[in-house]
Amino acid sequence: MLTLYGKNIPSRIFLGTAQYPSPMILENAVRHSGASIVTLSLRREIIGGEQRSRFHKFIEMLDAYVLPNTAGCCSVKEAVITARLARDLFKTNWIKLEVIGNQDTLQPDIFALVEAAKILVEEGFDVFPYMTDDLIVAERLVAAGCKTLMPWCAPIGSAKGPSNTASLRTMRDHFPDLPLIVDAGIGRPSHATMLMELGFDAILLNTAVAKALDPVKMAQAFAQAITAGRLGFEAGILNPRDIAIPSTPVIGQAVFP
Amino acid sequence: MKKILIKGAGVGGLTVAYELFTHGAHITIAAPENGPAGSASWYAGGMLAPYCECDNADSIIEKWGVKAIKWWHKVLPELVVRHGTLVVAAPRDNVELDRFAARTTGYEIVSAKELGDLEPDLAGRFQHGLFFASEAHIDPRKALDALIGRLKKGGVAFVAIGENEKDYDLVIDATGRARLQLDGQLRGIRGEMLLVRTTDIHFSRPIRLLHPRIPLYVVPRQKNIFMIGATMIESDNLRPITTRSIMEFLNAAYILHPAFAEAEIVEIGVGVRPAYADNLPHVKRKDKVISINGFYRHGYLLAPEMAIQIKNMVLQNCVQDLL
Repeated sequence: MLTLYGKNIPSRIFLGTAQYPSPMILENAVRHSGASIVTLSLRREIIGGEQRSRFHKFIEMLDAYVLPNTAGCCSVKEAVITARLARDLFKTNWIKLEVIGNQDTLQPDIFALVEAAKILVEEGFDVFPYMTDDLIVAERLVAAGCKTLMPWCAPIGSAKGPSNTASLRTMRDHFPDLPLIVDAGIGRPSHATMLMELGFDAILLNTAVAKALDPVKMAQAFAQAITAGRLGFEAGILNPRDIAIPSTPVIGQAVFP
Repeated sequence: MKKILIKGAGVGGLTVAYELFTHGAHITIAAPENGPAGSASWYAGGMLAPYCECDNADSIIEKWGVKAIKWWHKVLPELVVRHGTLVVAAPRDNVELDRFAARTTGYEIVSAKELGDLEPDLAGRFQHGLFFASEAHIDPRKALDALIGRLKKGGVAFVAIGENEKDYDLVIDATGRARLQLDGQLRGIRGEMLLVRTTDIHFSRPIRLLHPRIPLYVVPRQKNIFMIGATMIESDNLRPITTRSIMEFLNAAYILHPAFAEAEIVEIGVGVRPAYADNLPHVKRKDKVISINGFYRHGYLLAPEMAIQIKNMVLQNCVQDLL
């Protein structure tokens, strides 16, 4: 079973909680997909108050671990303050660390990310850093004390799917034992299957489910796609080759071309 | 005849009051001294957009919303503008238009030229758009005032909050966000809006600007006023508008038309919309109190049908009691 910061995680689909038509549909999506972690952004929702909103309490009632995130933060300071607030509000050391570097691509600012990760790890947080697929950034984050990483496969909400499979594969090969969760950019269930076949540990997605015509059904589709990819990875996938191998032995044929 | 107290003078309370009153019920309305000012209904966009709203809502919105346009047109024909809705996106966000089109019905795709014919001030500014011809809009404040005027003229008493409910046979509670603390299933969704004034731009219908993160709309009102709205934030906090929200509003307006840069900001509004978990209104009955709440962002779109149903419920009950 997947373990993240000491907690056993029963499923490999994680869902973001934004943009659903209603909280009820979100709840059904979480329930029917068996998502074991839900993320929750804080930045805007806490305006002025130091209290959890009704929506936050609703999220806490779902049968999933809550992973607060620092979505929308653009600086180290902002992200650190938001993380502390999240810890106070949700009584968890878990924090999904997002430091956005560009408003158009919502690309993580990897320099600020590493700096913020260092600070938060020192303060006892269990940091889930949202990052690009760069290997050196991954190394720096691990050196900073992150025990799991969340590389993107494409920009948030873009639905493009894996755009740089080679570097994701490299990252997987380089950190064989570190939990790696692909976060952001997934559009369709087959994207998730493909990533899971590469050996990634879990998938976090939001827009592809929340903005589907039927979010509950799409969440189920992703859950099955992720399971399929994982099973395929565990079963050992054949490498492709150029020449056919007959699946039925051709006994009696003496001549090889 | 039964005495009915209606609490709340937002769109939920006033539509139910109007339906009951015009069907002969004996009603009294308990409302704040300053009327609906400050309520979610006061800050609403007033878009009667049953098709556009299905982008992210239950299809009952479409069914009830289409009826709502007719209701408003029947009751307040002078206030309902039936010019449709235009939906556009900046060229780089054109995929958002495709997504929106896939999720909605009741539109036609319009070219840049057709768009310019519909809204001359948008000529040449967008490659194409979606035109929802059968949608409408209404000025919410004028609509509320008009309903209050009709009811007062008809002799309906308006009393202060705190009216003794014991004196009434039936109470209809439509107090919106005042119920947040009393109804654990309700939650508040903060909305912020701006009113700006400019004589440089003329729109005859609401324009929605799609954006992957910050979808906004601009609704023309009378006297060169435009309403720009509205944020959707999961919070019941009413503190003043954030600079981020203002920046997003102004940015969106500026993308629609650069002349908005010279507009005057005449009002900044912050309100809270009460909503249930399914983002649809609920009716609850406890003894002699009927509560209607949770209109979310669809007060003007759903209140008329809700009012008709409550009216039927109440008047049928009255008949039964008389027998």
